[in-house]
Amino acid sequence: MSEIPSELKYTTSHEWVRVEDDGLVTVGISDHAQELLGDLVFVELPEIEAVFNAGDECCVVESVKAASDVYVPITGEIVEVNESLLDEPETINTAPYDSGWLFRIKPSEDDFEETEEYEELLDAEAYQAEIGE
Amino acid sequence: MIMSNKTVLYDKHLEYGGKIVDFAGWQMPVNYGSQIDEHHQVRRDAGMFDVSHMVIIDLGVANEAGDTRAFLQYLLANDVARLVDRGKALYSCMLNENGGVIDDLIVYYLAANWYRLVVNAATREKDLAWIKKHATAFNVAVKERSELAMIAVQGPHARDKAFKAMPVDVVEAAAPLQRFFGADCGDWFVGRTGYTGEDGFEIMLPETEAASLWDRLAAAGVKPCGLGARDTLRLEAGMNLYGSDMTEETSPLISGLAWTVAWSPEDRDFIGRKALEKEKAEGVKQKLVGLVLEERGVLRGHQKVAAENDDGVYVGDGEITSGTFSPSLQKSIALARVPVETGKSCKVEIRGKLLKAMVVKPVFVREGQAV
Repeated sequence: MSEIPSELKYTTSHEWVRVEDDGLVTVGISDHAQELLGDLVFVELPEIEAVFNAGDECCVVESVKAASDVYVPITGEIVEVNESLLDEPETINTAPYDSGWLFRIKPSEDDFEETEEYEELLDAEAYQAEIGE
Repeated sequence: MIMSNKTVLYDKHLEYGGKIVDFAGWQMPVNYGSQIDEHHQVRRDAGMFDVSHMVIIDLGVANEAGDTRAFLQYLLANDVARLVDRGKALYSCMLNENGGVIDDLIVYYLAANWYRLVVNAATREKDLAWIKKHATAFNVAVKERSELAMIAVQGPHARDKAFKAMPVDVVEAAAPLQRFFGADCGDWFVGRTGYTGEDGFEIMLPETEAASLWDRLAAAGVKPCGLGARDTLRLEAGMNLYGSDMTEETSPLISGLAWTVAWSPEDRDFIGRKALEKEKAEGVKQKLVGLVLEERGVLRGHQKVAAENDDGVYVGDGEITSGTFSPSLQKSIALARVPVETGKSCKVEIRGKLLKAMVVKPVFVREGQAV
């Protein structure tokens, strides 16, 4: 059974979301997602300053087995990407919620945690039910 | 009908932590944790694969008029006349009248009028139907050996470790085997063959003894490996996968398998020969090559290839037939079908971008070494 930290929010497409103290939002893929994909060998990160709507495809993670799109969970601008993944994509397998994060977004709306987009994200319990574990 | 077959080792796969997926109607382990670790295990030490889903078929005579050898000389594009010594194996395609590949297989010469075929699981029904259809005229009896399990033990230490796990009499039969030979020992059969580019054995044995052999191999330090590692290993070794690199729509001549077609003697009539001769006379238009991606990314089946000649001039499109990330080379590699004019490099389209790939002979790794 995969790890689903209770302090994070999730999407049905298996991204996790963490609102940081500075208001930026960190995004990665869940432990369940990395388990499904298997050994990761390649990550294509989004461009810094790129602006996305929630639900847009923004980057790709590839395992030996398959390529998988990653969707932006919230509307905003990419402000930082985890470049260490370019050389060590397997970090996503070993630490999906920690050093395996993918990118940081500046939400287009202030007080992101008060927005409808935030409301629509799944909490740990709902995500667990979603993946049927 | 949704088929869901399990090999006799299914419970062992669960016990050893195998992650189960459907493969051609079989519930098979794709990995037991990490397919990359399993890949390295086979290149550096020894790994084992359950290949019991593959189909073992024994051919013998149905009556006094039976001629198994003549039958196989008609059925297969390679010539079993090359099998002079008992136990020798031969790789061949089985073609349709159009020269398309119905399946690729291994045939062992076991005794006068006794040959053993090993064919793919995904093509079982059509292979059996085709073989039986043509066997009648040669008075050949076709017997599927579904009561046998098969375990492949592969890697530089496969030999030593397998010898610790197999019964003494089987070890005695297997020890003198040269590469691409097999020997039977009671109900067991051991071939010094494989699908990884490493030395090792493929062991056929009664299903009732398979789980115990699996445990003894594990105790001898042979790690279980899934279909995931099997695919990266065979692709690094430049071995074709039926259904991806060749199909009923492609001939061996455009699938990197011309070496398996025995043209002489010229009077040997095998199924598909006329079509292949016509294709050759008209000029073979494509070839199967290896690709090594020079940029970051992963080559995958069905990606489009823009082929270039040695002057960098576009000569037409091709397509990747199998692609993956090579754990041994730490680069992406592929097999691709491209125009014959293709030179030393090409471009592969990945998500709208054209990335440069080197065109190489389709063997990337053999016996642990980059080629």
